[in-house]
Amino acid sequence: MPTPTKGPRLGGSPAHQRLILANLATSLFEHGQITTTEAKARRLRPYAEHLITKAKVDTVANRRLVVKVIRDKSVLHTLFTEIGPTMATRPGGYTRITKLGPRKGDNAPMAVIQIVESKDFSVTTGTTTRTTTAPAAASVEVADDAADEAVDSAATAEDVQAETSDAEVAEETAAAEEAAEDAVDAADEAEKADDAATAEAAADEAVDKAAEAEQAAENAEAAADDTKS
Amino acid sequence: MAVPKRKMSRSNTRHRRSQWKTTAVSLVDCTNPACNAKHLPHRACGECGQYGARNARRQVL
Repeated sequence: MPTPTKGPRLGGSPAHQRLILANLATSLFEHGQITTTEAKARRLRPYAEHLITKAKVDTVANRRLVVKVIRDKSVLHTLFTEIGPTMATRPGGYTRITKLGPRKGDNAPMAVIQIVESKDFSVTTGTTTRTTTAPAAASVEVADDAADEAVDSAATAEDVQAETSDAEVAEETAAAEEAAEDAVDAADEAEKADDAATAEAAADEAVDKAAEAEQAAENAEAAADDTKS
Repeated sequence: MAVPKRKMSRSNTRHRRSQWKTTAVSLVDCTNPACNAKHLPHRACGECGQYGARNARRQVL
């Protein structure tokens, strides 16, 4: 039994709808990203993804199936030689729709539909979505933890300072405090950082600084013990 | 053909039209620190063209 198409019908006739979808798909593969109405983007997504699934395996049969829709030969070539291979390991979900505001003139809700960037899914088959955002969030959390540790170590260093009045020890505790402050700053940077890569880098820095701070605090404690004994 | 029996008074017209009201749309702050403009929730920011959570923003326009 044929399943009815999801979403609103486009154009005035089935032929017009076929042409609209074919032209939208051609433009999408040509430019990688197109701005259209939300209704058209929602109709286009499964349509374009079927074509990309076909383009993953470059055979004459698949090319003949796709050329029925994509009549432009240069776009067909880019689809089979550039878009298809980049999606080789991706298990579906080749396009992304981001909603924009309403259009001036007719208040139509607009959206951007784009082909997602290439990513290797051959190793991690279980996690398919949101893998790019997870490490950044995790790194920020790690940075937070590192900052907390640094603060703790700074507190212990201060305690040690209170216990003893030795100049050498005081110097070392001061160094520990400084390192702790650095770690906190780095953690803040990690939180503020917009880009995932910089966030991760900053988080690593924070962790390093926290380790330094802990080391300095330990040194200070050891020095304090020495002076006591 | 059905036709109005009486003229619609100016008062009735104006009472009816006084109910034509608009409501303010709820907006959110753009999380891009360089932009910080107001935009519709779950839509890309019209000022900077970015969309997404604070740590996963991407340029869509």
